[in-house]
Amino acid sequence: MALEIAFWVLAIVAIAAALAVVTLRNVFRAALSLILCFLAVAGIFIILSADFLAAVQILIYVGAISVLIILAIMLTREVERGSLSNKLVVPVLISAVLFFGTVTFAMLKTSWSLVSLPPAEATTVALASKLFGEDGFILTVEIAAILLLATIIGAITIVREK
Amino acid sequence: MAILSTNPNSFSQLAVLPPDWPGNFWLHWVVFTVIILAFVLNTALIFIWLERRALGRFQVRLGPNRVGPFGLLQPIADVLKLLTKEDMIPAKGDKLVFWLAPLVAFVPVLMIFAVIPFQSGALLADLNIGILYVVAISSVAAVGVFMAGWASNNKYSLIGAMRDVAMLISYEIPIVLSIVGVVLITGSLSLTEIVGAQRDIPFILLQPLGFLIFFIGSLAESNRTPFDLVEADSELVAGYHIEYSGMKFATLFLAEYAEVIAMSALMTTLFLGGWQGPLLPPIIWFLIKVFAVFLFIVWIRSTIPRMRIDQVMAFAWKFLLPLALINLLITSLQVVFWPEASPWLIVFLNLVAMVVLVLSWSRFFRLGGERIEV
Repeated sequence: MALEIAFWVLAIVAIAAALAVVTLRNVFRAALSLILCFLAVAGIFIILSADFLAAVQILIYVGAISVLIILAIMLTREVERGSLSNKLVVPVLISAVLFFGTVTFAMLKTSWSLVSLPPAEATTVALASKLFGEDGFILTVEIAAILLLATIIGAITIVREK
Repeated sequence: MAILSTNPNSFSQLAVLPPDWPGNFWLHWVVFTVIILAFVLNTALIFIWLERRALGRFQVRLGPNRVGPFGLLQPIADVLKLLTKEDMIPAKGDKLVFWLAPLVAFVPVLMIFAVIPFQSGALLADLNIGILYVVAISSVAAVGVFMAGWASNNKYSLIGAMRDVAMLISYEIPIVLSIVGVVLITGSLSLTEIVGAQRDIPFILLQPLGFLIFFIGSLAESNRTPFDLVEADSELVAGYHIEYSGMKFATLFLAEYAEVIAMSALMTTLFLGGWQGPLLPPIIWFLIKVFAVFLFIVWIRSTIPRMRIDQVMAFAWKFLLPLALINLLITSLQVVFWPEASPWLIVFLNLVAMVVLVLSWSRFFRLGGERIEV
Protein backbone atom coordinates (compact mmCIF):
# COMPACT_ATOMS: atom_id res chain seq x y z
CA MET A 1 0.00 0.00 0.00
CA ALA A 2 2.69 2.46 1.05
CA LEU A 3 4.72 1.39 -1.97
CA GLU A 4 1.73 2.07 -4.26
CA ILE A 5 1.29 5.57 -2.84
CA ALA A 6 5.01 6.20 -3.26
CA PHE A 7 4.88 4.94 -6.85
CA TRP A 8 1.98 7.21 -7.79
CA VAL A 9 3.55 10.26 -6.16
CA LEU A 10 6.87 9.63 -7.94
CA ALA A 11 5.21 8.86 -11.26
CA ILE A 12 3.13 12.05 -11.19
CA VAL A 13 6.16 14.13 -10.18
CA ALA A 14 8.26 12.56 -12.94
CA ILE A 15 5.67 13.20 -15.66
CA ALA A 16 4.87 16.71 -14.45
CA ALA A 17 8.57 17.55 -14.36
CA ALA A 18 9.09 16.09 -17.83
CA LEU A 19 6.22 18.20 -19.17
CA ALA A 20 7.71 21.25 -17.47
CA VAL A 21 11.02 20.61 -19.24
CA VAL A 22 9.43 21.00 -22.68
CA THR A 23 6.88 23.70 -21.85
CA LEU A 24 8.89 26.16 -19.73
CA ARG A 25 10.27 29.16 -21.64
CA ASN A 26 13.03 29.71 -19.09
CA VAL A 27 15.80 27.30 -20.12
CA PHE A 28 17.42 27.31 -16.68
CA ARG A 29 14.18 26.32 -14.97
CA ALA A 30 13.66 23.66 -17.63
CA ALA A 31 17.05 22.17 -16.70
CA LEU A 32 16.06 22.20 -13.03
CA SER A 33 12.81 20.38 -13.90
CA LEU A 34 14.92 17.82 -15.74
CA ILE A 35 16.86 17.23 -12.50
CA LEU A 36 13.57 16.75 -10.62
CA CYS A 37 12.45 14.26 -13.28
CA PHE A 38 15.73 12.29 -12.92
CA LEU A 39 15.32 12.22 -9.14
CA ALA A 40 11.76 10.90 -9.41
CA VAL A 41 12.94 8.16 -11.78
CA ALA A 42 15.64 7.25 -9.24
CA GLY A 43 12.87 7.00 -6.64
CA ILE A 44 10.97 4.58 -8.88
CA PHE A 45 14.16 2.46 -9.17
CA ILE A 46 14.30 2.33 -5.36
CA ILE A 47 10.70 1.11 -5.20
CA LEU A 48 11.71 -1.67 -7.62
CA SER A 49 14.55 -2.68 -5.20
CA ALA A 50 17.16 -1.61 -7.76
CA ASP A 51 19.18 0.36 -5.20
CA PHE A 52 22.47 0.31 -7.14
CA LEU A 53 20.74 1.56 -10.28
CA ALA A 54 19.07 4.36 -8.28
CA ALA A 55 22.39 5.58 -6.85
CA VAL A 56 24.03 5.46 -10.28
CA GLN A 57 21.05 7.32 -11.77
CA ILE A 58 21.50 10.15 -9.27
CA LEU A 59 25.29 10.14 -9.57
CA ILE A 60 25.45 10.23 -13.38
CA TYR A 61 22.25 11.97 -14.45
CA VAL A 62 21.82 14.50 -11.62
CA GLY A 63 25.43 14.91 -10.50
CA ALA A 64 27.17 14.92 -13.87
CA ILE A 65 24.91 15.26 -16.91
CA SER A 66 22.47 17.85 -15.53
CA VAL A 67 25.29 19.92 -14.12
CA LEU A 68 27.02 19.87 -17.51
CA ILE A 69 23.72 20.85 -19.17
CA ILE A 70 23.44 23.81 -16.78
CA LEU A 71 27.04 24.80 -17.50
CA ALA A 72 26.25 24.70 -21.23
CA ILE A 73 23.13 26.82 -20.69
CA MET A 74 25.29 29.43 -18.97
CA LEU A 75 27.21 29.81 -22.25
CA THR A 76 24.06 30.59 -24.26
CA ARG A 77 22.13 33.83 -24.59
CA GLU A 78 18.41 34.39 -23.93
CA VAL A 79 18.32 32.01 -20.97
CA GLU A 80 15.05 33.43 -19.65
CA ARG A 81 13.05 33.62 -22.88
CA GLY A 82 14.24 30.51 -24.64
CA SER A 83 15.11 30.28 -28.31
CA LEU A 84 13.43 33.10 -30.21
CA SER A 85 14.28 32.11 -33.76
CA ASN A 86 13.20 28.49 -33.80
CA LYS A 87 11.43 27.33 -36.99
CA LEU A 88 11.68 23.61 -36.36
CA VAL A 89 8.37 23.17 -34.52
CA VAL A 90 6.68 21.04 -37.20
CA PRO A 91 9.55 18.57 -37.86
CA VAL A 92 10.15 18.16 -34.13
CA LEU A 93 6.44 17.56 -33.54
CA ILE A 94 6.31 14.89 -36.26
CA SER A 95 9.41 13.04 -35.04
CA ALA A 96 8.27 13.26 -31.41
CA VAL A 97 4.85 11.80 -32.24
CA LEU A 98 6.52 9.04 -34.29
CA PHE A 99 8.93 8.22 -31.47
CA PHE A 100 6.14 8.22 -28.86
CA GLY A 101 4.02 5.94 -31.05
CA THR A 102 6.87 3.48 -31.64
CA VAL A 103 7.78 3.26 -27.95
CA THR A 104 4.15 2.85 -26.85
CA PHE A 105 3.55 0.20 -29.52
CA ALA A 106 6.67 -1.73 -28.45
CA MET A 107 5.70 -1.52 -24.77
CA LEU A 108 2.15 -2.74 -25.39
CA LYS A 109 3.22 -5.58 -27.74
CA THR A 110 5.97 -6.95 -25.46
CA SER A 111 4.86 -9.80 -23.20
CA TRP A 112 6.43 -8.75 -19.88
CA SER A 113 7.38 -11.75 -17.78
CA LEU A 114 6.38 -11.15 -14.17
CA VAL A 115 8.46 -12.74 -11.38
CA SER A 116 6.78 -13.27 -8.04
CA LEU A 117 10.09 -13.95 -6.25
CA PRO A 118 11.40 -11.22 -3.93
CA PRO A 119 14.35 -9.41 -5.52
CA ALA A 120 17.92 -10.27 -4.58
CA GLU A 121 19.07 -8.55 -1.40
CA ALA A 122 22.33 -7.07 -2.68
CA THR A 123 21.99 -6.14 -6.34
CA THR A 124 25.58 -4.87 -6.57
CA VAL A 125 27.21 -8.32 -6.55
CA ALA A 126 24.69 -9.74 -9.01
CA LEU A 127 25.17 -6.78 -11.36
CA ALA A 128 28.96 -7.00 -11.16
CA SER A 129 29.08 -10.72 -11.96
CA LYS A 130 26.63 -10.17 -14.83
CA LEU A 131 28.74 -7.35 -16.25
CA PHE A 132 32.29 -8.57 -15.64
CA GLY A 133 31.94 -12.29 -14.85
CA GLU A 134 32.18 -15.28 -17.16
CA ASP A 135 29.59 -15.42 -19.97
CA GLY A 136 28.53 -11.92 -18.92
CA PHE A 137 28.42 -8.70 -20.91
CA ILE A 138 32.14 -7.90 -20.69
CA LEU A 139 32.40 -7.34 -24.45
CA THR A 140 29.62 -4.73 -24.33
CA VAL A 141 31.31 -2.99 -21.41
CA GLU A 142 34.61 -2.89 -23.28
CA ILE A 143 32.96 -1.54 -26.43
CA ALA A 144 31.26 1.20 -24.39
CA ALA A 145 34.60 2.09 -22.78
CA ILE A 146 36.35 2.35 -26.16
CA LEU A 147 33.47 4.46 -27.48
CA LEU A 148 33.81 6.86 -24.54
CA LEU A 149 37.58 7.03 -24.99
CA ALA A 150 37.15 7.84 -28.70
CA THR A 151 34.69 10.61 -27.76
CA ILE A 152 37.11 12.11 -25.26
CA ILE A 153 39.98 12.05 -27.77
CA GLY A 154 37.69 13.62 -30.38
CA ALA A 155 36.70 16.41 -27.98
CA ILE A 156 40.34 17.08 -27.10
CA THR A 157 41.28 17.18 -30.78
CA ILE A 158 38.56 19.75 -31.50
CA VAL A 159 39.44 22.15 -28.66
CA ARG A 160 43.23 21.74 -28.78
CA GLU A 161 45.21 24.90 -29.42
CA LYS A 162 47.21 24.80 -32.61
CA MET B 1 11.79 -1.67 0.58
CA ALA B 2 15.00 -3.56 0.07
CA ILE B 3 17.16 -0.48 0.18
CA LEU B 4 16.20 0.28 3.76
CA SER B 5 16.34 -3.26 5.07
CA THR B 6 19.44 -4.71 6.66
CA ASN B 7 21.13 -8.05 6.50
CA PRO B 8 21.37 -9.12 10.16
CA ASN B 9 23.86 -11.95 9.64
CA SER B 10 26.72 -10.13 7.96
CA PHE B 11 27.81 -8.12 11.01
CA SER B 12 25.99 -9.84 13.87
CA GLN B 13 29.17 -9.91 15.93
CA LEU B 14 29.38 -6.11 15.66
CA ALA B 15 25.77 -5.10 16.08
CA VAL B 16 24.83 -3.74 19.48
CA LEU B 17 21.63 -1.98 18.50
CA PRO B 18 19.03 -3.94 16.52
CA PRO B 19 18.41 -2.53 13.02
CA ASP B 20 14.98 -1.15 13.86
CA TRP B 21 15.81 0.20 17.34
CA PRO B 22 13.77 1.33 19.30
CA GLY B 23 10.81 -0.66 18.07
CA ASN B 24 9.36 -0.42 14.60
CA PHE B 25 10.35 1.12 11.28
CA TRP B 26 8.63 4.49 11.68
CA LEU B 27 9.78 5.00 15.27
CA HIS B 28 13.35 4.23 14.17
CA TRP B 29 13.02 6.71 11.34
CA VAL B 30 11.67 9.52 13.55
CA VAL B 31 14.19 8.98 16.35
CA PHE B 32 17.21 8.92 14.05
CA THR B 33 16.03 11.87 11.96
CA VAL B 34 15.78 13.92 15.15
CA ILE B 35 19.19 12.67 16.32
CA ILE B 36 20.82 13.55 12.98
CA LEU B 37 19.22 17.01 12.86
CA ALA B 38 20.28 17.74 16.44
CA PHE B 39 23.78 16.40 15.77
CA VAL B 40 24.27 18.49 12.64
CA LEU B 41 22.85 21.73 14.08
CA ASN B 42 24.75 21.49 17.38
CA THR B 43 28.01 20.35 15.81
CA ALA B 44 27.79 23.20 13.30
CA LEU B 45 27.46 25.72 16.16
CA ILE B 46 30.37 24.14 18.03
CA PHE B 47 32.47 23.99 14.84
CA ILE B 48 31.87 27.68 14.12
CA TRP B 49 32.98 28.60 17.63
CA LEU B 50 35.93 26.19 17.49
CA GLU B 51 37.06 27.45 14.10
CA ARG B 52 36.96 31.11 15.13
CA ARG B 53 38.77 30.46 18.41
CA ALA B 54 41.37 28.20 16.79
CA LEU B 55 41.95 30.67 13.95
CA GLY B 56 42.43 33.34 16.60
CA ARG B 57 45.12 31.26 18.29
CA PHE B 58 46.82 30.47 14.97
CA GLN B 59 46.88 34.15 14.02
CA VAL B 60 48.06 35.28 17.50
CA ARG B 61 44.88 37.08 18.46
CA LEU B 62 42.07 36.29 20.88
CA GLY B 63 39.06 35.36 18.77
CA PRO B 64 35.49 35.83 20.05
CA ASN B 65 35.60 35.71 23.88
CA ARG B 66 32.97 38.19 25.09
CA VAL B 67 29.63 36.34 24.93
CA GLY B 68 29.45 33.71 27.65
CA PRO B 69 32.40 31.76 29.10
CA PHE B 70 35.26 31.58 26.50
CA GLY B 71 32.84 33.14 24.00
CA LEU B 72 30.88 29.89 23.88
CA LEU B 73 27.57 31.68 23.29
CA GLN B 74 28.95 33.67 20.33
CA PRO B 75 27.47 31.32 17.64
CA ILE B 76 24.05 31.53 19.30
CA ALA B 77 24.26 35.32 19.30
CA ASP B 78 25.26 35.18 15.63
CA VAL B 79 22.30 32.96 14.78
CA LEU B 80 19.88 35.29 16.60
CA LYS B 81 21.38 38.25 14.73
CA LEU B 82 20.99 36.45 11.39
CA LEU B 83 17.37 35.47 12.06
CA THR B 84 16.34 39.03 12.86
CA LYS B 85 17.94 40.50 9.71
CA GLU B 86 15.82 41.75 6.85
CA ASP B 87 15.19 39.10 4.22
CA MET B 88 16.03 40.66 0.85
CA ILE B 89 15.40 39.26 -2.63
CA PRO B 90 17.09 40.83 -5.67
CA ALA B 91 14.50 42.60 -7.85
CA LYS B 92 15.72 41.10 -11.13
CA GLY B 93 16.52 37.67 -9.72
CA ASP B 94 14.60 34.47 -10.25
CA LYS B 95 12.52 34.52 -7.06
CA LEU B 96 11.35 30.88 -6.99
CA VAL B 97 14.85 29.51 -7.65
CA PHE B 98 16.32 32.03 -5.20
CA TRP B 99 13.95 30.76 -2.53
CA LEU B 100 14.56 27.07 -3.28
CA ALA B 101 18.37 27.21 -3.54
CA PRO B 102 19.25 27.08 0.21
CA LEU B 103 16.98 24.05 0.64
CA VAL B 104 18.47 22.22 -2.35
CA ALA B 105 21.94 22.96 -1.00
CA PHE B 106 21.19 21.80 2.56
CA VAL B 107 18.94 18.73 2.23
CA PRO B 108 21.39 16.45 0.29
CA VAL B 109 24.17 17.20 2.79
CA LEU B 110 21.81 16.28 5.62
CA MET B 111 20.91 13.06 3.82
CA ILE B 112 24.58 11.94 3.88
CA PHE B 113 24.29 11.39 7.63
CA ALA B 114 21.60 8.76 7.11
CA VAL B 115 24.25 6.10 6.41
CA ILE B 116 27.07 7.18 8.76
CA PRO B 117 27.31 4.83 11.78
CA PHE B 118 27.64 6.81 15.04
CA GLN B 119 28.32 3.57 16.87
CA SER B 120 27.77 -0.09 16.20
CA GLY B 121 24.38 -0.36 14.49
CA ALA B 122 23.38 3.21 15.41
CA LEU B 123 22.50 4.67 12.02
CA LEU B 124 19.33 5.62 10.17
CA ALA B 125 19.69 3.13 7.30
CA ASP B 126 22.42 0.56 6.78
CA LEU B 127 22.28 0.56 2.99
CA ASN B 128 24.30 -2.11 1.25
CA ILE B 129 25.33 0.54 -1.30
CA GLY B 130 26.27 2.95 1.55
CA ILE B 131 29.32 4.74 0.16
CA LEU B 132 27.92 4.89 -3.38
CA TYR B 133 24.81 6.54 -1.92
CA VAL B 134 27.02 9.14 -0.21
CA VAL B 135 28.92 9.91 -3.43
CA ALA B 136 25.68 10.19 -5.40
CA ILE B 137 23.75 12.34 -2.93
CA SER B 138 26.62 14.73 -2.21
CA SER B 139 26.86 15.59 -5.90
CA VAL B 140 23.31 16.99 -5.78
CA ALA B 141 24.37 19.77 -3.38
CA ALA B 142 26.24 21.51 -6.21
CA VAL B 143 22.90 22.07 -7.95
CA GLY B 144 21.79 24.14 -4.92
CA VAL B 145 24.92 26.27 -5.08
CA PHE B 146 24.42 26.79 -8.80
CA MET B 147 20.76 27.75 -8.27
CA ALA B 148 21.82 30.29 -5.63
CA GLY B 149 24.46 31.76 -7.91
CA TRP B 150 22.23 32.05 -10.94
CA ALA B 151 19.04 33.25 -9.23
CA SER B 152 20.89 36.12 -7.53
CA ASN B 153 21.35 37.86 -10.90
CA ASN B 154 24.81 38.98 -9.83
CA LYS B 155 28.00 38.42 -11.79
CA TYR B 156 30.12 37.67 -8.73
CA SER B 157 27.72 35.05 -7.43
CA LEU B 158 27.48 33.46 -10.90
CA ILE B 159 31.29 33.28 -11.18
CA GLY B 160 31.43 31.70 -7.73
CA ALA B 161 28.81 29.13 -8.67
CA MET B 162 30.58 28.29 -11.96
CA ARG B 163 33.81 27.72 -10.04
CA ASP B 164 32.02 25.48 -7.57
CA VAL B 165 30.62 23.27 -10.33
CA ALA B 166 33.96 23.11 -12.17
CA MET B 167 35.74 22.10 -8.96
CA LEU B 168 33.07 19.57 -8.03
CA ILE B 169 33.26 17.78 -11.38
CA SER B 170 37.08 17.71 -11.28
CA TYR B 171 37.61 16.61 -7.69
CA GLU B 172 34.82 14.03 -7.65
CA ILE B 173 36.94 11.67 -9.80
CA PRO B 174 40.02 11.41 -7.52
CA ILE B 175 37.71 11.18 -4.47
CA VAL B 176 35.74 8.27 -5.92
CA LEU B 177 38.93 6.51 -7.06
CA SER B 178 40.41 6.79 -3.56
CA ILE B 179 37.18 5.40 -2.07
CA VAL B 180 37.39 2.44 -4.47
CA GLY B 181 40.69 1.46 -2.81
CA VAL B 182 38.91 1.18 0.56
CA VAL B 183 36.03 -0.72 -1.03
CA LEU B 184 38.48 -3.16 -2.69
CA ILE B 185 40.05 -4.07 0.66
CA THR B 186 36.72 -4.32 2.48
CA GLY B 187 34.83 -6.10 -0.29
CA SER B 188 31.64 -4.20 0.55
CA LEU B 189 30.05 -0.80 -0.08
CA SER B 190 28.28 -0.77 3.29
CA LEU B 191 29.76 1.75 5.74
CA THR B 192 29.05 -0.58 8.69
CA GLU B 193 31.19 -3.27 7.12
CA ILE B 194 33.90 -0.78 6.17
CA VAL B 195 34.13 0.20 9.86
CA GLY B 196 34.08 -3.49 10.84
CA ALA B 197 36.99 -4.24 8.50
CA GLN B 198 39.16 -1.70 10.34
CA ARG B 199 39.10 -3.48 13.70
CA ASP B 200 42.85 -4.19 13.64
CA ILE B 201 44.34 -1.54 11.36
CA PRO B 202 42.60 1.69 10.33
CA PHE B 203 42.64 2.26 6.59
CA ILE B 204 44.69 5.45 6.96
CA LEU B 205 47.70 3.11 7.39
CA LEU B 206 46.67 0.62 4.70
CA GLN B 207 45.69 3.36 2.24
CA PRO B 208 47.88 6.39 3.09
CA LEU B 209 47.87 7.74 -0.46
CA GLY B 210 44.11 7.14 -0.73
CA PHE B 211 43.58 9.10 2.49
CA LEU B 212 45.72 11.97 1.24
CA ILE B 213 43.76 12.17 -2.02
CA PHE B 214 40.40 11.86 -0.26
CA PHE B 215 41.38 14.54 2.25
CA ILE B 216 42.49 17.05 -0.39
CA GLY B 217 39.47 16.24 -2.54
CA SER B 218 37.01 16.76 0.29
CA LEU B 219 38.67 20.07 1.15
CA ALA B 220 37.89 21.10 -2.44
CA GLU B 221 34.36 19.67 -2.40
CA SER B 222 33.44 21.47 0.81
CA ASN B 223 35.11 24.69 -0.44
CA ARG B 224 37.60 25.06 2.38
CA THR B 225 40.84 27.01 2.13
CA PRO B 226 43.06 26.53 0.05
CA PHE B 227 40.20 25.72 -2.33
CA ASP B 228 37.69 28.38 -1.21
CA LEU B 229 37.63 30.04 -4.64
CA VAL B 230 33.86 29.82 -4.60
CA GLU B 231 33.66 32.65 -2.11
CA ALA B 232 37.15 34.12 -2.51
CA ASP B 233 36.51 37.33 -0.57
CA SER B 234 39.20 39.38 -2.24
CA GLU B 235 37.97 38.81 -5.81
CA LEU B 236 34.29 37.74 -5.59
CA VAL B 237 33.25 39.64 -2.41
CA ALA B 238 31.36 36.62 -1.06
CA GLY B 239 30.71 34.30 -3.98
CA TYR B 240 27.42 32.58 -4.58
CA HIS B 241 25.68 33.81 -1.40
CA ILE B 242 26.45 37.48 -1.94
CA GLU B 243 22.77 38.46 -2.33
CA TYR B 244 21.48 36.31 0.50
CA SER B 245 20.55 37.63 3.91
CA GLY B 246 18.68 36.57 7.01
CA MET B 247 17.37 33.04 7.31
CA LYS B 248 18.29 32.05 3.74
CA PHE B 249 21.91 33.06 4.28
CA ALA B 250 21.89 31.14 7.56
CA THR B 251 20.70 28.02 5.72
CA LEU B 252 23.44 28.32 3.08
CA PHE B 253 26.04 28.87 5.80
CA LEU B 254 24.67 25.87 7.69
CA ALA B 255 24.83 23.77 4.51
CA GLU B 256 28.50 24.66 4.16
CA TYR B 257 29.32 23.65 7.73
CA ALA B 258 27.15 20.53 7.47
CA GLU B 259 29.24 19.53 4.45
CA VAL B 260 32.43 19.94 6.48
CA ILE B 261 30.91 17.84 9.28
CA ALA B 262 29.86 15.22 6.74
CA MET B 263 33.35 15.11 5.23
CA SER B 264 34.96 14.82 8.69
CA ALA B 265 32.53 12.03 9.61
CA LEU B 266 33.21 10.27 6.30
CA MET B 267 36.98 10.45 6.78
CA THR B 268 36.47 9.08 10.31
CA THR B 269 34.36 6.23 8.97
CA LEU B 270 36.39 5.37 5.88
CA PHE B 271 39.96 5.80 7.09
CA LEU B 272 40.17 6.32 10.86
CA GLY B 273 38.29 3.26 12.08
CA GLY B 274 34.92 4.91 12.72
CA TRP B 275 33.53 4.53 16.21
CA GLN B 276 36.12 1.91 17.25
CA GLY B 277 38.64 2.60 19.98
CA PRO B 278 39.75 1.36 23.38
CA LEU B 279 38.29 2.24 26.81
CA LEU B 280 35.94 5.11 25.90
CA PRO B 281 32.39 4.46 24.60
CA PRO B 282 32.09 4.30 20.77
CA ILE B 283 30.13 7.53 20.35
CA ILE B 284 32.84 9.46 22.22
CA TRP B 285 35.53 7.97 19.94
CA PHE B 286 33.47 8.95 16.91
CA LEU B 287 33.16 12.54 18.13
CA ILE B 288 36.87 12.73 19.06
CA LYS B 289 37.90 11.63 15.57
CA VAL B 290 35.44 14.00 13.84
CA PHE B 291 36.70 16.95 15.88
CA ALA B 292 40.33 15.98 15.30
CA VAL B 293 39.79 15.92 11.53
CA PHE B 294 38.00 19.27 11.70
CA LEU B 295 40.80 20.88 13.72
CA PHE B 296 43.26 19.61 11.11
CA ILE B 297 41.14 21.29 8.40
CA VAL B 298 41.19 24.56 10.39
CA TRP B 299 44.97 24.21 10.80
CA ILE B 300 45.33 23.91 7.02
CA ARG B 301 43.05 26.93 6.55
CA SER B 302 45.28 29.08 8.71
CA THR B 303 48.48 27.81 7.05
CA ILE B 304 48.05 27.55 3.29
CA PRO B 305 47.03 30.51 1.08
CA ARG B 306 44.26 30.27 -1.51
CA MET B 307 45.12 28.80 -4.92
CA ARG B 308 44.22 30.31 -8.29
CA ILE B 309 41.44 28.64 -10.28
CA ASP B 310 43.82 27.34 -12.99
CA GLN B 311 46.10 25.92 -10.29
CA VAL B 312 43.14 24.21 -8.63
CA MET B 313 42.05 22.63 -11.92
CA ALA B 314 45.57 21.56 -12.90
CA PHE B 315 46.13 20.11 -9.43
CA ALA B 316 43.03 17.93 -9.75
CA TRP B 317 43.71 16.62 -13.25
CA LYS B 318 47.51 16.44 -13.36
CA PHE B 319 48.36 15.54 -9.78
CA LEU B 320 45.50 13.91 -7.91
CA LEU B 321 43.96 11.92 -10.78
CA PRO B 322 47.14 10.05 -11.88
CA LEU B 323 48.12 9.35 -8.27
CA ALA B 324 44.61 8.05 -7.53
CA LEU B 325 44.82 5.74 -10.55
CA ILE B 326 48.26 4.44 -9.48
CA ASN B 327 46.97 3.95 -5.92
CA LEU B 328 44.04 1.96 -7.29
CA LEU B 329 46.41 -0.19 -9.37
CA ILE B 330 48.70 -0.90 -6.39
CA THR B 331 45.75 -1.74 -4.14
CA SER B 332 44.09 -4.08 -6.62
CA LEU B 333 47.42 -5.86 -7.27
CA GLN B 334 47.81 -6.38 -3.53
CA VAL B 335 44.23 -7.58 -3.12
CA VAL B 336 44.36 -9.98 -6.08
CA PHE B 337 47.89 -11.42 -5.93
CA TRP B 338 48.86 -11.03 -2.30
CA PRO B 339 45.74 -11.49 -0.19
CA GLU B 340 47.41 -13.38 2.69
CA ALA B 341 50.41 -11.07 3.12
CA SER B 342 51.02 -9.60 6.56
CA PRO B 343 49.06 -6.32 6.84
CA TRP B 344 52.03 -4.53 8.42
CA LEU B 345 54.16 -5.36 5.39
CA ILE B 346 51.44 -3.87 3.17
CA VAL B 347 51.31 -0.81 5.43
CA PHE B 348 55.07 -0.35 5.05
CA LEU B 349 54.97 -0.87 1.28
CA ASN B 350 52.09 1.57 0.80
CA LEU B 351 53.73 4.25 2.97
CA VAL B 352 56.93 3.98 0.94
CA ALA B 353 54.92 4.04 -2.30
CA MET B 354 53.08 7.18 -1.14
CA VAL B 355 56.27 9.08 -0.25
CA VAL B 356 58.03 8.07 -3.48
CA LEU B 357 55.02 8.85 -5.67
CA VAL B 358 54.20 12.22 -4.13
CA LEU B 359 57.83 13.38 -4.21
CA SER B 360 58.56 12.17 -7.74
CA TRP B 361 55.25 13.42 -9.16
CA SER B 362 55.81 16.89 -7.75
CA ARG B 363 59.17 16.94 -9.66
CA PHE B 364 57.55 17.17 -13.07
CA PHE B 365 54.37 18.94 -12.01
CA ARG B 366 54.51 22.54 -13.18
CA LEU B 367 52.03 25.37 -12.71
CA GLY B 368 52.20 28.58 -14.70
CA GLY B 369 55.78 27.96 -15.79
CA GLU B 370 57.05 27.52 -12.26
CA ARG B 371 58.07 24.30 -10.61
CA ILE B 372 56.24 23.43 -7.41
CA GLU B 373 58.43 21.93 -4.71
CA VAL B 374 57.02 19.74 -1.98
